[in-house]
Amino acid sequence: MDREKPELNEERRTFIKKVLKGTIAGSLLLVIPLRADDLETSEQIPEHIPEQIPGIRGSEYDMSRHRFVFIVDITRCIGCGSCCVADKREYNVPDGNYRTWVERYIKDIDENIYVDCPNGGLDGYQKPREDIDRPVRDTFFVPKLCNMCEDPSCVQVCPVGATFRSPDGFVLIDSERCIGCAYCIQACPYSVRFLNPVTHTAEKCSWCYHRVRRGLLPVCVHVCPAKARKFGDLNDKESEVYKILSGPGVITVLKRDMGNSPSLYYKGARREVI
Amino acid sequence: MNAAHENAITILTNYVFPNDLHVHWSMMIALYPYITGIVAGAFIVSSLYHVFGVKSLKPISRFSLLFALAFLTCATLPLLFHLGRPERNFNIMLTPNPSSAMAGFGYIYMLYGVVLLLEVLFIYRPTLVYLRKKSQGLMEMIYRALTFDSTNLSPESLELDRKIISFLAAIGIPMACVLHGYVGFIFGGIKANPTWATPLMPVIFLLSACVSGVAGIILVYILIKTFTNKPADTDCVRTCTNYLAGFFILDFVFEMLEVLSHSYLRTAHYHAVDELLNGPLYNSFWIGQVGILSVIPLILLGWLCLTRVNDTLFKIGASLVSFMLLLQVVFMRWNVVIGGQLISKSARGFTVFHPEWFDKEGILTAIVLMCAPLVVLFVISRIFPFWMEEMDEG
Repeated sequence: MDREKPELNEERRTFIKKVLKGTIAGSLLLVIPLRADDLETSEQIPEHIPEQIPGIRGSEYDMSRHRFVFIVDITRCIGCGSCCVADKREYNVPDGNYRTWVERYIKDIDENIYVDCPNGGLDGYQKPREDIDRPVRDTFFVPKLCNMCEDPSCVQVCPVGATFRSPDGFVLIDSERCIGCAYCIQACPYSVRFLNPVTHTAEKCSWCYHRVRRGLLPVCVHVCPAKARKFGDLNDKESEVYKILSGPGVITVLKRDMGNSPSLYYKGARREVI
Repeated sequence: MNAAHENAITILTNYVFPNDLHVHWSMMIALYPYITGIVAGAFIVSSLYHVFGVKSLKPISRFSLLFALAFLTCATLPLLFHLGRPERNFNIMLTPNPSSAMAGFGYIYMLYGVVLLLEVLFIYRPTLVYLRKKSQGLMEMIYRALTFDSTNLSPESLELDRKIISFLAAIGIPMACVLHGYVGFIFGGIKANPTWATPLMPVIFLLSACVSGVAGIILVYILIKTFTNKPADTDCVRTCTNYLAGFFILDFVFEMLEVLSHSYLRTAHYHAVDELLNGPLYNSFWIGQVGILSVIPLILLGWLCLTRVNDTLFKIGASLVSFMLLLQVVFMRWNVVIGGQLISKSARGFTVFHPEWFDKEGILTAIVLMCAPLVVLFVISRIFPFWMEEMDEG
């Protein structure tokens, strides 16, 4: 009996080893598909389209060297809705959901604020509001999109890590991993997220990451006829966004006290804008 | 964070952010904390006997464990119905995000399930061994599996069982609290929603869990006893009702404290909540949850616990109070989960929620999911006898 024991132990050891190996191999198999695929190769960059963001093409993209920001100039927006149309076409956004939208603010003579946003501003604001019987003092448009927070609530709460923040300042969603729990939608203070009714995963504005990586501006910035939407690299001292943010103009962010530190800045936003 | 809701609803133009029109967390998410709450509450009833030695709860000490187990088996169903991609649900355990409050769910739920199941098996071991000897065929195999093919009932092994049971019951209490307090934290940790973002949320959820668990046990216990023409243990029902009163007083105090402290602080945060509770939620909060389903049960509980009520009347009263408090917790879950989402993050308006009958997350699904634990309980009762006295008769 006693002699058999070491053999038995040996058998046990091999068995445990096998189980361990199997577990590790199995876990690796589950984790390996997580590897970020190399985003793009040079031939995917459309050379016939001129570069819109300097310093992206021609060299290897280093995420840590860029810091992208978005600026919305409320004093310039004319409420035409071109950005919303371009966005909807770029991403085939299902009706009733919005990656970006344009709000109309109306302030009457008694400082009452009326806000509306029919169809997310897709049709443009072609007619004045007729349900306000007070004299109107001021009116302006506020485009909204993802704030790309430096401390994003959505990334914090995502249970599976499907939403994440890249070093160059983009908060993105891996729709292959999203389980569609909608916790991020609850957590986003800006309500820029929705559950795509086709894929059943969370979706939001990405500042057109696929275009930026090819040296192109986000599509809404590209189509804006009034230059109300500006986009660029804050690390590029020649960029327009750097000049605006380091200049004397009054710049704000939305819901500052949420503590999320957005990378989306507003120029000329009144205090009523939420 | 209060200042973030500055200008909140200064003028209500009912502007809702375009993506806020849809209520993403539907009835399923209201149902899920309701079911886990009953699990946690029922477990605490059994622990009162097994850990704190409340002898009068002996008749239901086993039943309450099985009651908790039956509801626990169904706790994830509403979540699976809710998920956009339910087939990916295991991602939550395979690639958990440590900073997410939700990521711990799978682990907490699983650990708690193991503790609960082990406790049931150890408590029932002598009974199961006895039943194994008496039964044949499939049932014999089931009992053999449930006892791990051990028939050892020597005093030493029973003593070891007793130690294991005490240990499991003791770690079960903090785990039950974590399971449900944590569900409250899932809501309490959302700073973007002014009705949810309060440190009291886990406390309120935990206390209401105890209320729904104890009330569920009392009601089902009395109903089963009535329908099987056996007398319910009066002493046990009275003790349970006393605990129900205690838990409910605490629960109601915290629920009101949350509202009252905000209305006294009068921050911008309060203005948003005020508009909600006195607007779209007026009927379901003030009239339903607070008026009919809290104040009346409090009066009834005072009558039952503080005056001499004869046994028959006491059982009727206890059943009625339990039923009302079970509904109170449903209303509370609804008002928190659905109600909280009615506020648009624009702070300028409210959306509306239209439950559908035949939706994936609709009313019919909710009814079926609420019946499912009772069906499971029936199946469990075929294997584990609920009552000690039946065993004695046997």
